[in-house]
Amino acid sequence: MPQPSSSTPPAIGDYGIIGDCRSAALISRHGSIDWLCWPQFDSPSIFAALLDRDRGGFFAIRPTAPASVTRRYLPATNVLETTFRTDTGVLRLVDCMPVASREQQRGTLRPQHEVLRRIECVEGEADVEVICDPRPDYARVRPRLRRRGALGVWYEHDGMALVLRSDLRVRLSDDHADLAVRARMRAGDRHYVSLVSAFGEPAVLPPLGLHAEQRILQTVAWWEAWSAQCTYAGRYPDAVLRSALTLKLMVFAPSGAVVAAPTTSLPEAMGGERNWDYRYCWLRDSSLTLQALFDLGYHGEGESFMSWLVHTTRASLPRVQVLYDVYGEPHLPERTLGHLAGFNGSRPVRVGNGAHGQLQLDIYGEVIDAARAFTVRGGHLNRGTRRMLAAFGDAVCDLWSQPDEGIWEPRAGRRHNTYSKSMCWVALDRLCRMHDEGHLSVPTARYRRVMDEIRRAIETRGFNDALGSYTDAFDGADVDASLLLLPRYGYADAGSPRMRGTYARVAARLGANGLLYRYHADDGLAGEEGAFGICSFWAVSYLAQVGDLKRADAAFQHLLTFANDLGLFAEEIDPATGAALGNFPQAFTHVGLIDAALQLAHERGVHARPDESSPAELTTATV
Amino acid sequence: MNLPSILLWGFVASVVMATITEGSRGLGWTRMSVPFMLGSMFTADYDSASPVGIVVHLLGGWAFALLYALVFQALGRATWWTGALLGLVQAIAVLVLVMPVLPSLHPRMANERTGPEPTRALEPPGFMALNYGTRTPLFTVLAHLAYGAILGGGYRLLS
Repeated sequence: MPQPSSSTPPAIGDYGIIGDCRSAALISRHGSIDWLCWPQFDSPSIFAALLDRDRGGFFAIRPTAPASVTRRYLPATNVLETTFRTDTGVLRLVDCMPVASREQQRGTLRPQHEVLRRIECVEGEADVEVICDPRPDYARVRPRLRRRGALGVWYEHDGMALVLRSDLRVRLSDDHADLAVRARMRAGDRHYVSLVSAFGEPAVLPPLGLHAEQRILQTVAWWEAWSAQCTYAGRYPDAVLRSALTLKLMVFAPSGAVVAAPTTSLPEAMGGERNWDYRYCWLRDSSLTLQALFDLGYHGEGESFMSWLVHTTRASLPRVQVLYDVYGEPHLPERTLGHLAGFNGSRPVRVGNGAHGQLQLDIYGEVIDAARAFTVRGGHLNRGTRRMLAAFGDAVCDLWSQPDEGIWEPRAGRRHNTYSKSMCWVALDRLCRMHDEGHLSVPTARYRRVMDEIRRAIETRGFNDALGSYTDAFDGADVDASLLLLPRYGYADAGSPRMRGTYARVAARLGANGLLYRYHADDGLAGEEGAFGICSFWAVSYLAQVGDLKRADAAFQHLLTFANDLGLFAEEIDPATGAALGNFPQAFTHVGLIDAALQLAHERGVHARPDESSPAELTTATV
Repeated sequence: MNLPSILLWGFVASVVMATITEGSRGLGWTRMSVPFMLGSMFTADYDSASPVGIVVHLLGGWAFALLYALVFQALGRATWWTGALLGLVQAIAVLVLVMPVLPSLHPRMANERTGPEPTRALEPPGFMALNYGTRTPLFTVLAHLAYGAILGGGYRLLS
């Protein structure tokens, strides 16, 4: 049975990502596509060796001889280049999922989905092998591949077609379940391999050769043009741009939804049960992602997301669900795939997400804050959006005093989470501001009265005098890292004694090797997870806000060392080894990186951030 | 010929036939999209092809109803089963005769022998359109049976 890589199993951080803003593929250092879901992020997988090396399926292009590997993205793009150096020659593999501008798309039929791979020998000579072993429907199907002459090798199943074409000579295995190619390449040789899919309609089969080269060039140009819109002017521009490009891959272009990550069940604790499906659109994550893109000069994504949000929440207003699928489907039942071994034996593998039924009050604050950011940057709220936001405000007034699961969506039940309460305050604050600015109409007197009640509750029950710190929950004695965001959203002054005490408590209680855990409280799950990527960046932002730029800068540089060789972060980091943990790459962590970099740049005066939450205006509160 | 009758039932039959073919496609039973195939003969714009094709498909079905009416007139009878029989003959002719030669007629369809070209990239249907899924002939026949039965039954009722 062919294997996705000939050496030891890849670590999470060994992967790179390519995508077309509809779906994404994870590619190992050994040139193997070990994860691909078509036609959209949360569709059943075509290749899932990531979650089961023996039966998941993969698509590898690699040298047959041992090789040292270096990787990079072509500058300012999501086109991945992997270079293999063997004893006899150097092979260079370029991978992309073609994208093109509307003008370029006009007048040509293009496949619905394509992975395009180019392998060339740039020095000496080397043997290369191509193995394509598709296992659709999360590896529950063992397909039978068929040759169709010059049209390539096909697999057909339930209204889906996979077509692999190459200018190399393809050989099917005896059972027609996979195909393989072995060829000797000499300096100057260049070959293309294209995998396209079609769902519910005839496939479009783009030619190889020069036409394939043109698609690669168009894809490079498309990403370069997108990157050129970035207005960031601070330090670490490469890390910030890579994060922005990664976030863009999470945007589902047809609807405007933003997924949290393109993967499921990459373990937060190796070998443990903390394995979740993140291929959905969390309103919180999406809002923060869009804020990050806004801050970097990308406004188009905001309009699309607002449109998706209005459409998605129309049926349930004023209540919102924590997460939806990319088309706004709210029903996402969680189930396990018992036939998959899991990443590195980490079971269960889950699809769907049970958190969709939770109450997480903070999302009202994050969504409304994103809407305000949209208006501050010149965005216009249409009637549907205005009605939706006003309904959210009323819901916050009704719900804020209830316990909720909170931002970390534990499975241990509800409580009065301090961060959730503060984000209810933020929600009403932003609505009042938008009312004052003429963007919508809400009952500001009522909202301000409720804001006062919320603040009073937080300052009395969400602050522990003995600890000198805000607490994770009312009347509690512990902290969680989300408290560092209180100044970020303008609820508290970063330099206040209460926030300084909170930061000190969070750093002491949750810090490890320059990283932060999100909490240490019992969350109802077995095992110990890693430090949380975005929380570590929140600490940098906090230090920048209090003006401690030297420490903030050092902490930021330290955090960058935990990215993989391509600049990608997972959800979590093992403080002991620095290994990536959890789904990968994770939008949340890259949002944190961008936010921290922007905060540093803002404090240095090199990148102005629109004033959305001046603490000076927090005088409505009466503690 | 009862022109108002055949125009009315021709329209109804075309809508039902299109609904069956598109419905079977939407449910994943076949990848044959007649609107996309027809529309892409007129435009290379992916987004425009299907809307154009739906209009062409409906108009074609409507026009074809006139031929059915001529046959009904010649036979001197129009029943649902004679209509269905005509539909079956038409379906078999489309699947066996038209589909294999479609790459020669369609300006953007690839050829199985030479493979795709820059301007000819659409997957060809092959014999009986089996390239689009093994159940494609079944739903093509069902759609044409319904088309013919509606025409035969409806035409008889208003004659």
